[in-house]
Amino acid sequence: MNPIIKAENLSFSYPGDEESKPVKALRGVSFEIPEGSFTAILGHNGSGKSTLAKLLCMVNLPDSGRLWVAGREITAPDATERDILEARRDVGMVFQNPDNQIVATIVEEDVAFGCENLGIPPAEIRERVDAALAAVGMSEYARKQTYNLSGGQKQRVAIAGTIAMNRRCVIFDESTAMLDPMGRREVMDIIAKLNREQGVTVLLITHHMNEAAAADRIIVMNQGQIYLDGSPREVFGKPAAMWAAGLDVPQTTELAYKLRQKGLDVPLYLFDAESCAEAVAEAVRRRSGKSAGGGKTGS
Amino acid sequence: MKSDITFGQYVGGDSLIHRLDPRVKILIALVYIVVIFLAKSVTAFALLTAAAAVFVLMTGIPPRLFFRAMRPLIFIIVFTAVINIFFMRGEHLLFEFHFIRVYREGIVNAFLIVLRILLLIVATSVFMTYTTTPLALTDALEQLLNPLKKLHVPVHEFSMMMTIALRFIPTLIDETQKIINAQTARGADFTSGGLLKRGRALIPILIPLFISAFRRADELATAMECRCYTGGEGRTRMNSLKSEPKDWVFFSTILLLGAAVVCLNLFFPVAAVKL
Repeated sequence: MNPIIKAENLSFSYPGDEESKPVKALRGVSFEIPEGSFTAILGHNGSGKSTLAKLLCMVNLPDSGRLWVAGREITAPDATERDILEARRDVGMVFQNPDNQIVATIVEEDVAFGCENLGIPPAEIRERVDAALAAVGMSEYARKQTYNLSGGQKQRVAIAGTIAMNRRCVIFDESTAMLDPMGRREVMDIIAKLNREQGVTVLLITHHMNEAAAADRIIVMNQGQIYLDGSPREVFGKPAAMWAAGLDVPQTTELAYKLRQKGLDVPLYLFDAESCAEAVAEAVRRRSGKSAGGGKTGS
Repeated sequence: MKSDITFGQYVGGDSLIHRLDPRVKILIALVYIVVIFLAKSVTAFALLTAAAAVFVLMTGIPPRLFFRAMRPLIFIIVFTAVINIFFMRGEHLLFEFHFIRVYREGIVNAFLIVLRILLLIVATSVFMTYTTTPLALTDALEQLLNPLKKLHVPVHEFSMMMTIALRFIPTLIDETQKIINAQTARGADFTSGGLLKRGRALIPILIPLFISAFRRADELATAMECRCYTGGEGRTRMNSLKSEPKDWVFFSTILLLGAAVVCLNLFFPVAAVKL
């Protein structure tokens, strides 16, 4: 399938001022995001992941390298504002701070904002907004004030806004970072549903290992470059490499890794507590079974 | 604190007046204000007062709220009354003391002018501030002023600014409270000292508030751009305002009221005075 986003050797620096030198935030990043995929971009603060997000949603343009978004090369010499605008119809972004991306006072009017900008006829906007609010489970809040919603609900409204625009790809720039655990789960469930049921390409920028584990593919950024790229199994299968880059692995992986060093055979890629606990129990049983003659080992 | 922030002076309700098309309400308010200025005779004022009472009852809003709206203008009301009573000259001298002369015309005039101010307050409260949300007013104004776009008046931009300002008022109120708490926790004192000292104490609140407001504005602008916002051109609205027959029935009522006032002025000019 055609990639919806293709990056070739992207570089970007933030200009310095009198006191600081320019900061090279991205140094030659290349990747392809196939349509319909669910990719997580991981990295600690300053790894370049948010800079990358800003390039992908065309807030900033790269210093060098080439970038295709939804089939248009926006770094082409003859690319105009028009091309960027067209590309934005297909690729959207949900930001970190829920308060600073909601424009309207009333929930449904905020969801409609993007469609209104596209100049869609009112009757169709109404249909799309109702469907989008239903998809994120916020239908009963349609006429409520955005201000009184919880953080998780605000992010769901923001997601509904991109669903209503029928976008093919949505980038989540640490969209769960300011939420409580409950709001985080709500939003993650909807992101997964968006990808599975509506076939929307999801690019999840995060520093939560467990959220990244839900993706099909993880790209790990470090010092402005791609450090690791692979399935969650592959990436979290190298805990030592992750720790070396100043990153964590899911707690279950860390536990499994430490148990393996003690000679207990537990797989590294079980990311939810339940199945990990079962695997540990299983491994302990196996070991105590082996040494059953010896008596009381494996306590 | 969060849930009871009411923008402006809007008092919720579901009366006929609440449900009128906000554009028509603006027109009604404008015509109504003109009608109030047309009134010259006591009979016309009596009619308008009765009409205002009916409108107030129709909104279902407690009348004491309308008196509350008059409170900030009390100084202007008293001042106008005093000026009229003591400085208006007429034919029927009632009272004289050195240079002070009070005429009957002056008293009648003062009474009617005060009544006119009160009627104006009631008119704008009934049709605009109390029964229409600021958001609806903004939308309505944008649509009413739409023809001005041809003259390159930035109508859409203005209304977008108003909408965003309204949207961020509660957010910034919360933020202010957080900053006050944070500064109080560090030992800042906002409640003692003279005016100057208290004014200076506001600086540590205002600076963080401004910085944060600018950051929010920057992020919001980026978010709006990512949602394909390019200004008013080619933009549609999901909820376009629709006026129904009842709106125009109400509008005609106000026109009739105006006609009645003119007739009363002409044919029953009881105590008609220069106003």
